[in-house]
Amino acid sequence: MTSKTTPTRSIAAEPSVYEIASDRAFRSLTWLFAWLMVALVLYIVYEVAGKAMPAIREHGLSFVTGTTWDLQGNEFGVLPEIWGTLYSSLLALAIGGFFGVSIAIFLTQDFLPTKLELAFKNIVELLAAIPSVVYGLWGIFVVIPMMRPIANWLHAHLDWIPLFGTSLSGPGMLPAALVLSIMILPTVSAISRDALSSVPSKLKEAAVGLGATRWEAILGVILPTASTGIFGALVLGFGRALGETMALAMLVGNSNQMNISLFSPGNTLAALLANHFPEAGASEEPVLMFAALILLAITLLVNICGAVILKQTSKRMRGARK
Amino acid sequence: MLFRLATVCISSLLMLLLVGCGASSGDSASSNIKLQGSGASFPAPLYGRWFKEYSTATAGVKVDYQAKGSGGGIKDFIEHTVDFAASDAAMNDEEIAQAKPGVVMLPMTAGSVVLAYNLAEFKQPLKLSREAYSKIFLGQISNWNDPAIAAANAGTALPDLPITVVHRADSSGTTFVVTNHLSAMSREFADGPGVGKSVNWPESDKFIASPKNDGVTATVMQTPGAIGYVEFGFAEQAKLPMAELENKSGNYVAPTLENAKAALAGVEMPADMRAWLPDPEGAQAYPIVSYTWLLCYTEYDEAEKAAALKQLVAWCLSEGQKSSAEMGYVPLPENVVSAVKAQLDSIH
Repeated sequence: MTSKTTPTRSIAAEPSVYEIASDRAFRSLTWLFAWLMVALVLYIVYEVAGKAMPAIREHGLSFVTGTTWDLQGNEFGVLPEIWGTLYSSLLALAIGGFFGVSIAIFLTQDFLPTKLELAFKNIVELLAAIPSVVYGLWGIFVVIPMMRPIANWLHAHLDWIPLFGTSLSGPGMLPAALVLSIMILPTVSAISRDALSSVPSKLKEAAVGLGATRWEAILGVILPTASTGIFGALVLGFGRALGETMALAMLVGNSNQMNISLFSPGNTLAALLANHFPEAGASEEPVLMFAALILLAITLLVNICGAVILKQTSKRMRGARK
Repeated sequence: MLFRLATVCISSLLMLLLVGCGASSGDSASSNIKLQGSGASFPAPLYGRWFKEYSTATAGVKVDYQAKGSGGGIKDFIEHTVDFAASDAAMNDEEIAQAKPGVVMLPMTAGSVVLAYNLAEFKQPLKLSREAYSKIFLGQISNWNDPAIAAANAGTALPDLPITVVHRADSSGTTFVVTNHLSAMSREFADGPGVGKSVNWPESDKFIASPKNDGVTATVMQTPGAIGYVEFGFAEQAKLPMAELENKSGNYVAPTLENAKAALAGVEMPADMRAWLPDPEGAQAYPIVSYTWLLCYTEYDEAEKAAALKQLVAWCLSEGQKSSAEMGYVPLPENVVSAVKAQLDSIH
């Protein structure tokens, strides 16, 4: 029994009026902010769509299927940009996703002493702090010259493969995707790391107890259990890649064409917007807003698809591999 | 530890910012007139120097210039968010009609646009005939060993290397100047890409676009076999070789200050100060040269502002011209200076 003079209260005690009030206030505040976020997104869409309206009326669907961007001739189409956005992001996701998840496994599954693990983790996360322009410059001055001999060799010897169909001029899809993959690395690895480290250690211990080797435990038990989180990391990384602007504007070549070749220059929606907005006149602005709306739609679609797949897979992927 | 370090860095940065803000707000408090301008990025280094020198020499006047590009400047000017604007391409009739109450266009300096290239093995300055460089920008000449290029460069073998053309990705006054010149001399270019601040370049995986003058410069520097157009100052700063171009008289001329001056000398300044030099005459005239303009309103609400602006322009035309050449720009010829000074009277 505690005396009445000590103010310590047991957990079981009834909440005070103040606690109830602050709890309610906090709840309504978060509720308010959550809905404000929704309202903000809707307002942005409304605003962009409103500014794009003249262009939507004038160009309609031909804007999505057209392939020229001609300010003089008033002919606009963003199919090459849509292609470039998806192509560069998918390439970046393939490279960055693989390495990001590998790093996450490496950092969570006791491959390293704890102190070293912490250091590595911080270094990978520091990559997120490097400004986009610096990545772009690094791409121009380091990545492209490094890639040139390899790319030229591949083109000279394997040009029957469409992926190597053109020689590398400098800026192009692959340099852009490579730099992009490094830019999404921190996002992918940080979130997958969280997912992997939140897998209950009992699961792994049980698998090892049943005679699984370290890699069997990782691939058969831990990865499937963390798969929802890892998938979420990949979707977020993809979203980041879709919207990346400055580094791509500097590295992708900004050429209005569609080519499957990795070395060919291309363009992305975000780069198009970054390049044309600062000097856009009254006639070009609605068209650019239309392009922005399409980019928004693509990002939204990717997120919805991600959420749906996530829901589907998370039902099946729980538990051990068969 | 890392966190603490970051906190220290951030707080010291904040301190610096606060101190900086304090200092600048103190400045503006003591000055009575502030002139706000925006526009062309090409003359920005020169304008920056002029306006700073003028502000220190003249107590009570502060000039603020934002280099956001010619198109942006014209837009700001029409929307009245600035006191003056600057543009590499003078306003066209449609834009002039939109600008209320009226616009006075004043050429302030001139500059040349050069074709910078990257050919490591090729030592002598590259000579490009009118046919050669117009066809390069049309995508019709696509290798450096093309006979049309080789003919003008006897003596040294040109490499068997594809030509990568680098042009501007953003809408730009520089593009306007170059396409204006190419269209004036090649019928095919005029019918194809045409003249504009952003044009529809030929579709090819050897045509690459980069943002801004520095983007084009960096890409040319990093790409063997590249050729691109940039303002003279950028190529010179990056130590990129610049091609000697065949002019209207058939001579090959380098983009030197004298040759740019020779190009300006051949042009008569019309009453509205919109002098285009798509293809200048003269034996030594460098072919791609353009004036760059300051745009002022004909009437200002505050008489003091108009007076300050007139004084500023007058200063730039006399004192300012002395530093033009030093910074890679072409000083205005005497007759143009007096013509521009006469125009100042129409600002109230």
